[in-house]
Order: sequence, then structure tokens, then C-alpha cells
Amino acid sequence: MNRHIRCTGILTALALVGAPTALTAAETVRLAYIDPLSGGFANVGNNGLAHLRFLADRLNEAEALPDGMTYEVVPFDNKVNASESLIALQRAIDQGIRIVVQGNGSSVAHALVDAISKHNRRNPGEEVIHLNYASIDPALTNESCSFWHFGFDAHVDIKVAAIAEHLANRPDVTDVYLINQDYSFGRAVAAAAEAFLPEARPDINIVGSDFHPLIKVKDFSPYVAKIQTAGTDAVVTGNWGNDMSLLIKAGREGGLEAEWFTFYVGLLGGVSAIGEAGVGKVKQISEWHANVPNAEMDEIVTSFKAQYPDFDWYYYRLGTMMDMLTQAINDTGSTDPEDIAFALEGMRVDTPIGEAWMRPEDHQLFQTLFLATLSNDVTHDVENSGIGFVTDERIELDDTILPTTCEMQRPS
Amino acid sequence: MDTAFFFLFNGIVYGLLLFMLSSGLTLIFSMMGVLNFAHASFYMLGAYFAYQISTHIGFWPALIFAPLIVGCLGAVIERYGLRTVHRHGHVAELLFTFGLALLIEEIVILIWGRNPMPYSVPSELDFALFEIAGNSYSAYKIFMMLVSISMLLFLYGIIARTRIGMIIQAALTHPETVDTLGHNVSRVFMLVFGVGTGLAGLAGVIGGNAFVTEPGMARALGTIVFVVIIVGGLGSLTGAFVASLLLGVIQTTAVAVDVSLADLVATVGITTSAADANDLMHKTLSQVAPILPYLFMVLMLISRPRGLFGTRDA
Amino acid sequence: MNHGLRLLSVIAVLTLVAVLAAVPHVVSSGFTLSLLNQIGIGVVFALSYNMLLGQSGLLSFGHAVYFGLGGFTALHVLHTITGGDLPLPVPLLPLVGGVMGLVCALALGWVSTRRAGTIFAMITLGVAELVAASSNIIQGYFGGEEGISGDRMSGPVLFGLTMGPQQDVYYVIVVWMLLSAGLMYLITETPLGRMANAVRDNPERAAFVGYNPRTIRFMMFALSGFFAGIAGGLFAINYEIITAEAVGINVSASVLMMAYIGGIGYFFGPVIGAVIYTLLSTVLSAYTEAWMFYFGVFFLIVVLYAPNGISGVLAAHTPVLRAHLMHRLMPAYATALLPTLVLLLGAILLVEINYHLSISGNYDSEMSILGVGFDAASWWPTLAGLAALVVGGALLWRTLPYVGLAWSEVRAELAGEAAP
Repeated sequence: MNRHIRCTGILTALALVGAPTALTAAETVRLAYIDPLSGGFANVGNNGLAHLRFLADRLNEAEALPDGMTYEVVPFDNKVNASESLIALQRAIDQGIRIVVQGNGSSVAHALVDAISKHNRRNPGEEVIHLNYASIDPALTNESCSFWHFGFDAHVDIKVAAIAEHLANRPDVTDVYLINQDYSFGRAVAAAAEAFLPEARPDINIVGSDFHPLIKVKDFSPYVAKIQTAGTDAVVTGNWGNDMSLLIKAGREGGLEAEWFTFYVGLLGGVSAIGEAGVGKVKQISEWHANVPNAEMDEIVTSFKAQYPDFDWYYYRLGTMMDMLTQAINDTGSTDPEDIAFALEGMRVDTPIGEAWMRPEDHQLFQTLFLATLSNDVTHDVENSGIGFVTDERIELDDTILPTTCEMQRPS
Repeated sequence: MDTAFFFLFNGIVYGLLLFMLSSGLTLIFSMMGVLNFAHASFYMLGAYFAYQISTHIGFWPALIFAPLIVGCLGAVIERYGLRTVHRHGHVAELLFTFGLALLIEEIVILIWGRNPMPYSVPSELDFALFEIAGNSYSAYKIFMMLVSISMLLFLYGIIARTRIGMIIQAALTHPETVDTLGHNVSRVFMLVFGVGTGLAGLAGVIGGNAFVTEPGMARALGTIVFVVIIVGGLGSLTGAFVASLLLGVIQTTAVAVDVSLADLVATVGITTSAADANDLMHKTLSQVAPILPYLFMVLMLISRPRGLFGTRDA
Repeated sequence: MNHGLRLLSVIAVLTLVAVLAAVPHVVSSGFTLSLLNQIGIGVVFALSYNMLLGQSGLLSFGHAVYFGLGGFTALHVLHTITGGDLPLPVPLLPLVGGVMGLVCALALGWVSTRRAGTIFAMITLGVAELVAASSNIIQGYFGGEEGISGDRMSGPVLFGLTMGPQQDVYYVIVVWMLLSAGLMYLITETPLGRMANAVRDNPERAAFVGYNPRTIRFMMFALSGFFAGIAGGLFAINYEIITAEAVGINVSASVLMMAYIGGIGYFFGPVIGAVIYTLLSTVLSAYTEAWMFYFGVFFLIVVLYAPNGISGVLAAHTPVLRAHLMHRLMPAYATALLPTLVLLLGAILLVEINYHLSISGNYDSEMSILGVGFDAASWWPTLAGLAALVVGGALLWRTLPYVGLAWSEVRAELAGEAAP
């Protein structure tokens, strides 16, 4: 990424030299960060905010934006609540902010997609763009896709397909249990698992599927007992935040021996909660982890940790997102959301570990994925636990591509 | 069957924790006529104090000191807050404790932030004591059971055997008479409030690390404790005990039951269309379970406001 | 006299209408309009709550149920309108919410209002939790985590309101607010409103006069549910989305606090409360994360020391103003003002420093209050805050007796005036 920042920096410098000297007052590109900053998922939202601020500072320092423009991150708390998010969106729009960054909660993402397309239809010339770095309900880039929405994380189907591909070569795993949060995202995980796993290996049995209410469960031991009783070999869960760490903590206390296939165990609290008991057993599917050998990323991991000691660098895709946004602004010389959106469509960037591609048909980002397992023999650990990830499989961009049903409505 | 036992065990542990909260609340309500909205907030304070103390001098001193601090705080709040609003009537008292609950939550956020605290089970007790049918029973949960049972036996001992216990018992049923007999009822109030909140604090010390210590923990428990004391019967410790265990078991075991109304109907030969899974008929018991306590509470208030074991109306 | 007063209030109402109608032509900021929209919704909701707490003496912890269900129903109906199956103009949607609120209040009120006092409060709490918990089960109606959303730009256009711009929504809210407030005021003037007060003050005596207290409570409860439903319908139009939180305890708590802080003893008290609450929750929350803390402290102070709320404090000054005795209070107020400001400054400084340091994500310890920047982690701001707190508190403690003295003098004078 550093390389990329440097590239854009040089481009900017060239542009500045070549540009006529009539410099207007440097514009601030404000990003409304709408995510949970209070309540049960506050730690997740604060982590993302730290990432985004870190990236914005770096890009500003490298003068990555043209004409002396700088990024500013303006946080809004939405308590992972759909209607609170719309109030936050209204507030952001009232302040004149036109780029919205949001990640947590597919329910929130759906509400924002809907509200932003309504707003953009009613207020031509004041459009708002929605950069989504973590909500991965497949509907967002399929049946509910929108021109103003861009998804920067691989969606549920892509991730589950990768897990299924792995399980195809794992005859020791036959009985799979699904436990997920009771909302669109959790249901999408369960649906994808039920579709992809038996397809990859017909002898896989889904021995149980539970949905529990979002955030509200404080004691997962009854669920663990159920998983235990079902004779489970592997658990597939999309849980995140406290729902992840408490579930995995209960699993450890209940002496659950099954393997875990998770989306977010590396995100705050999960690894600390399971500790040594998770080594060799807990897996995560994500676009990156700290032990993917790469000097550029090592530098970011270290300096981020120095600046924000409570958090680990986790959202690799946020870096990709900011690079793409920066390039779009540089390419078009405009901060107008419509120009940015058209520039992002089909954009390819080189990230430190490989290429990323924004598919124009559905605004879904495709990137390299890693299936990784917890190990206690690592260079970079998670939350100072001494435990971190090692790669099981690296899935290349081309192998992650799934078809889309999106029928994009573009502004004429 | 063994799994059923595991659920029962978990339910009892949780139920005993509820009882530690509801016993104090019952005493306070029946003596002062105040439903202390902030009761679960003292539970939360107990957990946070215990976390703070345990980072410096360990879990065991915290087990003693945190409830004491919470109890003293409770007594002070009774003396300088609750007693001041008493002259404005019950509605004002209710509003005071309501505002207090809100404020305590904000103060906790102010001091400790919004993230969950890494308050964990002491390493001495962090192992599986025994295992039945693949389900391991953690030593800490057994410890929780022991603490709550011994605490409650102790409390019963005080109420049944000592002079102050007699006065409390008398004040429960005949507060005016006790007052005219020359006992300082308001000091008894302060004491009961202190002990009640201290007990909630103790529950926080042992519950905070078993579950999770975060600013929302008071809210999650707050109304459940009300349900317990109303269903059990206001002023009845026995009722609170039975209701606590009942609710504890219901809340933990319902998760395991995947039976829906449609399944029940199907057993007698009627099949319904499985087209709409959102339909009420296809909700499993585990999904319906969260509303049961409140349904029970409302029905009880309407039909029998004195509760299961209560002797007088609220 | 009575005639003059009536004329005066008619003029006041007309001025208010004129001002409210002119607002969108004067202010262009979207922020102000959305703030006013929120205030309008809050006013209707808080006034409807006061029909229970203030006028009938019923403390409810579940008023959000009628607000929320009204909102949900309004959005479901909006869907039907969008689908073209119902030619109902969107500005009339709050009526749908109101009817739903009324129906629910009739059904649930029948059981809730059998008792007053603490039992009533507990039943409302139980019902509120019951409805909130049901939202997880009846997902078709409540829409699960996503909630229910709709598009207000549909259906037949009424008075040229396309409902797209904020302005149109503003006019709809203003009209409904004035209409509802007027109706609620008229209810206080009817025998029902008067009997509600009697039932609040002394149910036995009301029963002797021949009114069944339970029936009176039930009727007030149902009407209050109707107006809460209207507020819910307005919410649905304004945000075009509603989630299960709308029926939850937080919303019930906020309307309770709005009404109480404004003053439940006066018809317009809750209006003040709604304005203050909305301003704090939208404007103040943009500046400080601690706004809920300040609000909580404020609420407790009102409960402890000013049980009649802000309007009660204002009303206490009316006879003084009328007797032209304000100048007697002013010196005492002025002396108490400075210590109060110092105390407040100290408290705010300490709270803000703490919040700044405790919220993770704020790794930069630099912060600023009132334009003064400093390093929150260093010791001197905390020390300054503590000093201000102690000095201000001590001075206030000293000056408060002067205020008390001035008041007793004024009171004596007022009594002397009234006596002959």
C-alpha cells in the first residue's frame, strides 16, 4: 500500500506542477463514518474508526489527494440500528458530507442503501455515495444492488464457497453445525452453508442450525451443549463482536472439541477468549491476516499498533478502499459522488498482496482470500495473546468470482 | 437426558444469581414501597468494582470489598437521595431510581468506557471440574452456586434469628406498628437498602466474569428481576426464590427445545403449510421463550397482583 | 378580563401559526428543518404522554408501544399506497398511526388501567417488554433487525405536497402538531379531562360523584394512545423507516423524561421538555459524547428539587412578574449566577476529560472545550476542573441562602398584597 500511496503522491506532485497556479482554498474531503460507537458492538466500530483515521492521516501526510485536498473522518454513532443510522445519515447530509463509510450490520447497510437511493433521487446534484467495508449480505450486490453502493469485503457466498472448497478435501469432517445471528447476514451465512457444503461434498451432514438474537445473548453455554450433543465435527459461524467472543468462550468452557470455521474470530476478543484451546482448531476466512509475509503490511501493522495499542490491524480492505477512493478522486479531479462512482466501476488496483477488482456489474470487490488457522508459532499475534493466524490456503482473485443477479440502474 | 441435566444445572446457577438480586429488591420493595429501578445497576457496579480491584490485588479481596463498597454507596444514596424524594410520593421515588439507573450507566461509561472489560474468571477456578456425557461443568459455576447459597443461608439466618431480623420481618408486614413501637424505621430502611444493594454487588462480582462486564449488563437484567419479584409475590422471599429458579431454568433450557406450535399440531395429524417460516405457528419454543417471562408478569399483575407466594397486594 | 385573555390567546396562536408557516422560507439549512421536524414529533408524543402522567396521575413505562405500533402500521399502509392498492394521500398517514394507537390502547388499556399507582406502572413495563420481545418473533410485522421502510413519495398528491423535500414533511408535521395539541388542550376542558384530574387527586371522591375511576383512566389511556400513534405516524413519514427499538424501553424513557423535565403540572410543560430533549439529543450530542450524562443529571436534579419541572419554575415567577417585584429577586440571582457558572464549568471540564480519555479510539489526548485547547492527559486541566468544582460549590452553598431570603421577602410582599 505504501508503494501505492507513494505513486499517487508523485502523481499529485506532477499534477500540481503542471496545473495552473490558480489554487483555490484546499478542499477537505469529509467521510461520514456511520458505525456503532456505543453499545455491545462499540469496540468493533471504534476499531474500524481507528483504522480509517490511521489511513486518512497517512494519505494526508503523503499528499495523496490532488490540489492540497485532505481527508477528514467524521464519526456518527448508529448503535447498529437501522433507524438510528438514517438519523445519522440525515445529520451527515445536513453537514454537507457526501461520502458515507459504513461496515457493521447488514441490516444497517440495507437501510442506508435504500435511504441513499431515495435521497439521491429526490436531491439531484446532492448525491451521496456509500462505501461499505464489512456488511456482506450477498443481497447487497445482487437483488438489492445500487449504483451508489460499493461492497469492499467478499460477500457471504464467496466466503462460504471458499470454505466449501476447503472442506471438499477434508474427509475427516462430516457433521457440520451452523450457529448464526438472527438477521439478514446470519441467515445468509446459514443459507449459503446449506447450499454450498453438500454441493462440495455430498456426505456432509448439516446436523443443526441455530439463530440467536443479535447482541442479546450473554451466556452461550446452552447452545454449546446443543452443538456438543449433535456430535459436531465443525461449526460454521458468521458471528462477530461480543456474539463471537462469548460464543467461543462458552465453547472452550464447555470443552467443545469441534473445529470452528469463522468469519471474524480475529476481530476483537475472539482469539483472547479461546486462547490456547483454539490453536489448530479455529479458522477464519478473510482477505488478509497479519502473518501473510509482506514487508509493506508489516510496517503498517507495527505503526498502527504503536498508535492504537488496543487494536490490531485487521481491515486490510479498508486500505484497498481508501486507495481506490483516492485514485478515483485523482483520476476525475472531482469529489462529486457521481464522478467517483463511475470512476470506481471496474477499477483495478495493486494492493500489497495482490490485485483487487471492483466488478462494474454489481460493485462487488474481488480480491485474494486466505483461509487461516490459529497457531501459537507466529510473528504477529492477535491482542498480545501469543496466538495468531497461519495460512491454510490462499484463494486467488479469479477463483473467488461468483455470478451476480444485479440489475444496476445507472444515472443517465 | 444428561444434556437435560446440564441445562438444569446452568439454569440453577443463573437462577441463584437472579435470586441474589431479587431478594434485596424484594426486601426493599416490601419495606419502603419503592421498586428500585437501579437495582441491577448496583449489580453492574459490583462487577466493575470487582474488575478494578482484581487488577490490583486479585479476585479474592474483590469478592469481599466490592460488595461492601456497593452496599455503602447504596446506603448513602438511600439517605441523601431516596429519602429526599420520599415526600413527593411513590411516583417521584420511582422516577428517582429510574433516573439513577440511567445515570449509573453513564457514569460507568464515563469511567470505564463502552467496551467490555477483560474481567475474567480467576485462574484457580478456571478448569472443568467434571464431565458428564461430553458436557464439562466448570469449577467456577460450582463456585458461583456455593457463594450464592451460602450467602442466602447467612441472610436467612440473620432474618430468622437476630433482633434486627425480627424488626425487618415485622416492618415487612406492619411498618406503622414497628414505627410506633419506637424502632428507628428509617435507619432500618437505610440498612436494608445497603444490604440489598450490597447483595446485588456480590452477584455482580461473581456474575460479571461468568458472563460479560459491559455498560449494558444492568439493562439486560433489570426488568427480569422485576418479573421475578412480581411473579414470586411481593414481599415473599420464598416466592422470589422459586420464581428466580423457575425463570433461570426457563431462560436457559428454552434454547434447547426446537419444537414449534406447528410441530405439536402435526403430532395429532394436522399439517400446516411450511411455506412461511416467519409465521407464528412455525416459531420454535426457543424463539418464543424471551416473551414468556413478561407474559407471565402481566398476567400475574392482572389476575393476582400478590404473586405466587405473596401475602398482600403491591 | 376573561374576554381579553381569550383574545390574547387567539392572537398568540395566530402569531405562532404565522411564524411556523414562515420558517421554511427564512431558514434554508436542512439541519434546522430536520431539527424542527423532530421537535414537532416530540411535542405531540410528550403531550400525549402527559395525558397520562400529568392529567390522570398514571406513570407509564410503556408509552412507546403505542407510538411504535402506530409508526409500524403507518409504514405498512404506506407500502400498500406505494403498491397502488390504496389511494390515500401520505399526509393523512398519521391518522392511520393514530387509529392503530387507539386500537392497541383500547385492547391493552382495558387490562392496564384496572389499577393505578405502582401496579399500573409495572403492568405498562411488562406490556412494553412483552411487545418489545415479540418484535423478534413476529418478524413479518416488525421486519426483524432491518425494520420496515417505505417511500413517502407515493400515492395521490395533496395540496401540492410531493413529500420529497424536507419542507413538505415540515408542513405536514406542523399541521398535525397544531391539530393534536389543540385537540388535547380541548380534552382538558371537557368533563372527561376534569374528571381525570379528580381521579388523579382522589379516586374515592371521584367515585362518590358517580364516575368510575377505572372508566375515566381507561378513556384517558385510549385517547393518549391515539395521539401517541399520530406521533408514530409522523415519525414514519419523517424517517421512512422504523425498527423494533421504537417500541422499546428507551423511547418510553425519553418521553417520560421529556414530559417530566418540562413539567407535568402544566399543559404546555411537555412542549418545553420536548424542545429541550430534542435540542440536547441532536445539537449537544454533536459536540459531546456525554450529553446523556448531562441529561441524566439534569433529570435527577429536577426530580429531587423541582418536581414541577421547568414550567413549574417559570410559573413560580409569574405572580412576581405581575407584581413588578422581579427586581427584588435579581440581585440574589445575580450573586448565585457566578458560582453556578464556575461549578458548571468545573463539572463539564472533568466530565469531558474523562469521556475523552475513556472512549477508545480517541488516542489523541489533545482536546478543546469552548475553543480552548489542552492536553487531556496532563494533570493541570483535571486540577483546574476540580478547583472550579470545589470553589463554585462552596460559593454556591454560601449564596443560596440569599436567594432563599429574597424569595421569602417577595413571598411576604405578595401575600401582603393579596390579603387586603
